[in-house]
Amino acid sequence: MTIRDVMDALGARLITGEEWLEREVHVACGSDMMSDVLAFLKDQSVLLTGLCNPQVIRTAEMMDIICIVFVRGKYPDETIIEMAKERGIVLLASGHRMFSACGKLYEKGLRGGAPYR
Amino acid sequence: MSDVVTLRYDVIPGDFIKAGEASSDVKKKLMDIGISPDVIRKTAIAMYEGEINMVIHSLGGYAEISIYPNEITILLVDNGPGIDNVEQAMSAGFTTAPDDIRELGFGAGMGFPNMKKYTDEMIVESQPGIGTRVMMKVNI
Repeated sequence: MTIRDVMDALGARLITGEEWLEREVHVACGSDMMSDVLAFLKDQSVLLTGLCNPQVIRTAEMMDIICIVFVRGKYPDETIIEMAKERGIVLLASGHRMFSACGKLYEKGLRGGAPYR
Repeated sequence: MSDVVTLRYDVIPGDFIKAGEASSDVKKKLMDIGISPDVIRKTAIAMYEGEINMVIHSLGGYAEISIYPNEITILLVDNGPGIDNVEQAMSAGFTTAPDDIRELGFGAGMGFPNMKKYTDEMIVESQPGIGTRVMMKVNI
């Protein structure tokens, strides 16, 4: 699945990163707790979150996460968008709540990786 | 690469906007040196968790990263307040972070466990009232 497929499945709005929409995403993670996200190490992943602060971008940067979906109508400010731009991270905004957004991507075949050990 | 490269950063308590800048800079420098992506990611995550911990809990301190031919060491030193029970602080889910920190996405009690998970060696020494010293190593 590509980032564009993620965007279409969620009917999400593109905030930044149009040039990266054809990148493949392999796995997804949904959480508002960045420490939980940091416990999850996978390549080319997408993060779904309702948290909207600069530490979301930092977390994505450390994890090499390629796309962040802000759920339940959250929308980042200019500082956050600029940070994502500098790092080549795609930002999407979706009105869906976390559960529904994750479900829509799961339905399209995206998975979350193995259970936590 | 035979020389040791050392990077040092001050960590400012309570500054959540800047938190992570040092880890971000280390990540860029490691990429410039040509360290493998896997090692860079482990180092960056462990240091970032440590940096966030210091911003949340400490009275300030510094982070010192040394890059040796076979390993990277991350040294985090703060000026207090220290940890009463290090063993308890190391267990997954244990946290003393207040609610306003959780609203920022941290304080789930996963900081130390994640740091341990992503490094090959981790030593935490702490003295209440004096400070905490965390030494982590990632093999290259």
